[in-house]
Amino acid sequence: MRGDVAITAAEVFQDEWGRVVATVIRDTGDWSLAEECTQDAFTLALERWRDDGIPDRPGAWLTTVARRRAIDRVRRNAIGDAKLHDIAMMSETAADGADGEPDGIDDERLRLMFTCCHPALAVDAQIALTLRMLGGLSTAEIARAFLVSEETMGKRLGRAKQKIRHAGIPFRVPPPQMLPTRIPPLLAVIYLLFNEGYSASSGAGLMRPELTREAIRLARVLAQLLPEEPEASGLLALMLLHDARRATRVDDVGDLVTLEDQERTLWDLAEVGEGVLFLERALEKGRAGAYQIQAAIAACHSTAARAADTDWAQIAALYGQLGRVAPSPVVELNRAVAVAMAHGPAAGLCLIDSLAESKRLNGYHLLHATRADLLRRLERHADAADAYRSAVELARCDTECRYLRRRLIETTARC
Amino acid sequence: VKYILLICGDESAAMHAGEGCSGWTEEMQGRGILLQAAGLRPASDATTVRVRDHDVHLFDGPFAETKEQVGGFCLIDCADLDEAIDIAAKHPASAYGTIEIRPLAHA
Repeated sequence: MRGDVAITAAEVFQDEWGRVVATVIRDTGDWSLAEECTQDAFTLALERWRDDGIPDRPGAWLTTVARRRAIDRVRRNAIGDAKLHDIAMMSETAADGADGEPDGIDDERLRLMFTCCHPALAVDAQIALTLRMLGGLSTAEIARAFLVSEETMGKRLGRAKQKIRHAGIPFRVPPPQMLPTRIPPLLAVIYLLFNEGYSASSGAGLMRPELTREAIRLARVLAQLLPEEPEASGLLALMLLHDARRATRVDDVGDLVTLEDQERTLWDLAEVGEGVLFLERALEKGRAGAYQIQAAIAACHSTAARAADTDWAQIAALYGQLGRVAPSPVVELNRAVAVAMAHGPAAGLCLIDSLAESKRLNGYHLLHATRADLLRRLERHADAADAYRSAVELARCDTECRYLRRRLIETTARC
Repeated sequence: VKYILLICGDESAAMHAGEGCSGWTEEMQGRGILLQAAGLRPASDATTVRVRDHDVHLFDGPFAETKEQVGGFCLIDCADLDEAIDIAAKHPASAYGTIEIRPLAHA
């Protein structure tokens, strides 16, 4: 029984942390105080709930306790302060246990998200603050995830909170005219979090599921709070569709498995379905942005029962669309791959050669690796070997290097 | 919140010095936001002073030799950083120079 309470409590904490912190910040304007009082409320909850069971509205319970703590602390520290009047007003609502309508609370969380991702803060700080304030991860956990010392992370968080306070960064959802410039950084922070967890550029494992889980959770909240913003749902769809394949991305010895070779029966079909649903909902708005298009590409892959069933023509068209919305040579390269799959290696090679001519991606090993692969399929073995050599020289990751060397040997043998 | 806007620019920015602020000053004064403002003589007219062990050390030039130098300042009073950013972005110098927004320590 006690174990059950602990598990349920852990879930409640994850869901409620951001709301409680946001409410206390709104009331007191003090970020550190909000963190501490929320922590206290959660500690107390764990003791009480063991004996009394989990209350009907655990979020309201936690909010009330955290706000009372905050009031006490402010009273003790600021007797005679003009703020006391506000605090007195606040304590009445807190005593009612009234934490506002559910929508009101969600607005608090949205304010918190926008403030954590204010463009006047460095991106590193935005990510750390989002994890701490909305995700409820401890400073130590965040430090571990980003491979810095706890002290460094503590300073980063401290500086960011100080800047919010002293530089007058407002705790609010920006007015409508600012949203077009303020929503993209918010989505970018969440996507960075996801990618950090999904591709793990560093660290022991290839994936850090706690980061991907948190990113998806935040995107869910955001998609719900910004129903008119299709890119929010698009981002959620994109992450769900990628995450659905997580079990098959790495083999038993820790090497990456290409999409083509992944065991598709192990993909999480429920998650794929959910991703497709959010994507469809987003696309209905008729404003396709980069996240929605990338999600649509991911959906083409995730909904093909066999690799051979993949609709490459559709993927090539989507990369073309993505290139118009968010032009980049990497997108061009991906389009070339899709075109080669849909219309044959010669058509793809044509695009790659013009990309190589522009010299924008010549330091990127995948440009050469892709070119080599197409040349090999066209049986131009000597050219293919040259391209494999360039790719091997530029590849940084051991796994990729091994793969490319093997291909180089095969190709050289056929020259 | 009170902020100082430090108007910074390289040598080419000095060419704009005589242009005035094309209505920015009037607008901000009218809104009660602009408390004080001044343009500065170029950094070549600056003198830097330090006192170490009771000795006064003088230096001909600005405190840091950087490509961009402070060329003027505005003291503003507004609601929050978002408003300060908006105000700074409307200043004509933001289009050719750089504006640093610094909150005052005790205001």
